[in-house]
Amino acid sequence: MEDMSEIRIEEATRAAATVASRLGINRREFLQFCAATATTLGLPAGAEAAIAEAVEKAKRPSVIWLHFQECTGCTESLLRAEHPTLDKLILDVISLDYHETLMAAAGHQAEAARKAAMAANKGKYILVVEGAIPVAQNGIYCKVGGQTAVDMLKECAADAAAVIAIGSCSSWGGMPSTDPNPTGSSSAADILGKTVVTIPGCPPNPYNFLATAVHFLTFGKLPEVDELGRPKFAYGRIIHEHCERRAHFDAGRFAHEFGDEGHRMGYCLYKLGCKGPETHANCSTIGFGDIGEASWPVACGHPCIGCTEKGVGFIKPIHATAQLKGMSPPASYPGVVEQQGKTSFASAAALAAIAGAAAGAAAMLAKNLGKQDEAQAQQKGE
Amino acid sequence: MADYAHAPRPLGGSLVTPVTLLLGVLAAIAGVILLYRFIYGLGAVTNLSDGYPWGIWIAYDVVVGSALACGGYSMALLVYIFNKGEYHPLVRPALLASLFGYTLAGASVIFDLGRWWNVWHIFWPGYAQVNSVMFEVAVCISIYILVMWIEFSPAFLEKFGMRNAQRKLGKVLFFFIALGVLLPSMHQSSLGSLLVIFGQQIHPLWRSGWLLPVLYLTTAILLGFAVVVFEATLSSIGFRRPLETKVLAPLSKIMYGLLVVYLVIRVLDLVFRGALGAAFTASWEAFWFWVEMACFVAPLALMSSARARNSAAKLFIAALLLMLGGFMLRINGFLVGYMTGEGWHYFPSLPELMVTIGLIAFEILAYIVIVKKFPVLPAVQPATR
Repeated sequence: MEDMSEIRIEEATRAAATVASRLGINRREFLQFCAATATTLGLPAGAEAAIAEAVEKAKRPSVIWLHFQECTGCTESLLRAEHPTLDKLILDVISLDYHETLMAAAGHQAEAARKAAMAANKGKYILVVEGAIPVAQNGIYCKVGGQTAVDMLKECAADAAAVIAIGSCSSWGGMPSTDPNPTGSSSAADILGKTVVTIPGCPPNPYNFLATAVHFLTFGKLPEVDELGRPKFAYGRIIHEHCERRAHFDAGRFAHEFGDEGHRMGYCLYKLGCKGPETHANCSTIGFGDIGEASWPVACGHPCIGCTEKGVGFIKPIHATAQLKGMSPPASYPGVVEQQGKTSFASAAALAAIAGAAAGAAAMLAKNLGKQDEAQAQQKGE
Repeated sequence: MADYAHAPRPLGGSLVTPVTLLLGVLAAIAGVILLYRFIYGLGAVTNLSDGYPWGIWIAYDVVVGSALACGGYSMALLVYIFNKGEYHPLVRPALLASLFGYTLAGASVIFDLGRWWNVWHIFWPGYAQVNSVMFEVAVCISIYILVMWIEFSPAFLEKFGMRNAQRKLGKVLFFFIALGVLLPSMHQSSLGSLLVIFGQQIHPLWRSGWLLPVLYLTTAILLGFAVVVFEATLSSIGFRRPLETKVLAPLSKIMYGLLVVYLVIRVLDLVFRGALGAAFTASWEAFWFWVEMACFVAPLALMSSARARNSAAKLFIAALLLMLGGFMLRINGFLVGYMTGEGWHYFPSLPELMVTIGLIAFEILAYIVIVKKFPVLPAVQPATR
């Protein structure tokens, strides 16, 4: 990463100009994309230049995108990223050789394209898995071109440079794996028997996927992940930590019902079942739909359902109270209006009595001393 | 220096008298309240609030209490630094009063700490905030308490006949005596510095800036002498001993000079800061300012002539007024003139007051017990009475 800072500005500018003309967008828009991606990844200043360089120079990696038990929401979310030419950019940055939703080919022609791409880019292509994989009854619940999902995944993963599981379904089973799970829905990692990079979410934030792909493109490796395979830049913290309603949580201001006063005032949704306190994701910081932070469930007034977190999303009832991870609400809350001091009449009376007694005693003492003084003076006078 | 005609002797006599019984009861009440406070917290006992995070336990017990306990410091300064041997008989009793005054002032800090079980953090290198004035005060007072016990220990060693230990201690005692003069000079001025950092939160009448340490140190020494006069007079009457006016009269001359110096600094400071106008407004602050000033100015008249200084009555009243003045200066700075924001007010609760009274009672009780059992007060020559 040290090399990044050495890449000079003009080089980045030139690279950006090349890509921009290739895509038919202006240079500024392209650099904005690079900078936004670098920020999402949490990379230091200068990384956007490296990204611009990589996007310009790298041979577009071949991507094979598999769909299994899913709703295509992940793909839809990616396509609806509202940066004007992002869809173009995705297709320019990568060579999407197989994607059932987006490819023009159909039927056996499509499968032939996949096999051809796999053979041509053996050991170099990126495999993206969208959707859970059913294993019950030998995987008959999901077949593509007569091949079961299990077989297709194993076949494609064998020669892939990297496997990325997009969405909660392929990351940990997601919604299809909800009890009683009749089809035996499993995650890509379960089938492959190894940790893969996962981008959970229902749907996941498109920028978490894009940033992961661009990281691979720029640095030749996938970003750092946690024990569940989630990139740390996106899933390193729980939503609650950076939630815009966090101050209300700390102050004990909660919405208790949909539409009640607290709900209308924008108070914390914890008591409505918000799973923010036990869900790892960056929803609260990057938002959805490219319109800023107002566009994510909690901002819209609905509690987080914990879709990125295995064991929370689709498992726990939506309105069940979250288990607090790493923090607990205080036992009591400070008053809104503090008493500005008390008046103590008993104490004032006692103080007055003591002062009076002391003054009296001092006066008596001084009087006696005075008599002694006089006596002494008389003695001397005699 | 050791005038053996005045060699200290235990007073003897019964420890159980109506006075000691009363003092004991007051101290016990304070003990019960403190126990309650340590278990149920400050809010259960005191009238402290967010606006007044400290009350009389700090303003009186620590700030005033330690200043009133400056007798030992003032006398050591006079006898050992200015080499005035004639006052030597006053040193040990003064030191005894200081010993308890300071020890209890140090303990009072713990009473006032919300999380008192963390008190050791002050001294622990990882926790200590070495840039804080309070840190200076805390460390300095703690060391001084220790030094004073060492300074006073010859009285105990004498009583228990540990001649050898006493001789060895005597060889190094000068070091502790020097420390005993240095340390209070540091923290008594630092108690004034505490108000410097309050800045605008202190009423203009007491917002003397960098002069605050000077004012606090001067009055602390003054108070030390006043307490010596007060305490010597009271023990003469209480224990039916001859008055020590002969020693006290020249002492009051020193007090007179110091008082003039203090008043000049105090008034000039007010004039040059343009704060004197605030004294002529109709406010509580102005009222208590005049009470404070009256307590400092009246002794000036009472001690003006040699004749007046030789009058035990006038001297006693002057000392009393000076103590009251020093008390008011500190209470005014730390509570009356402490402006913490609109609407905040503070008056001690009864339990709070009882703790302070109990502490004073304990101090006097311990003084009585020690002078009766240990050689503190100078022996009385039978001829004088």
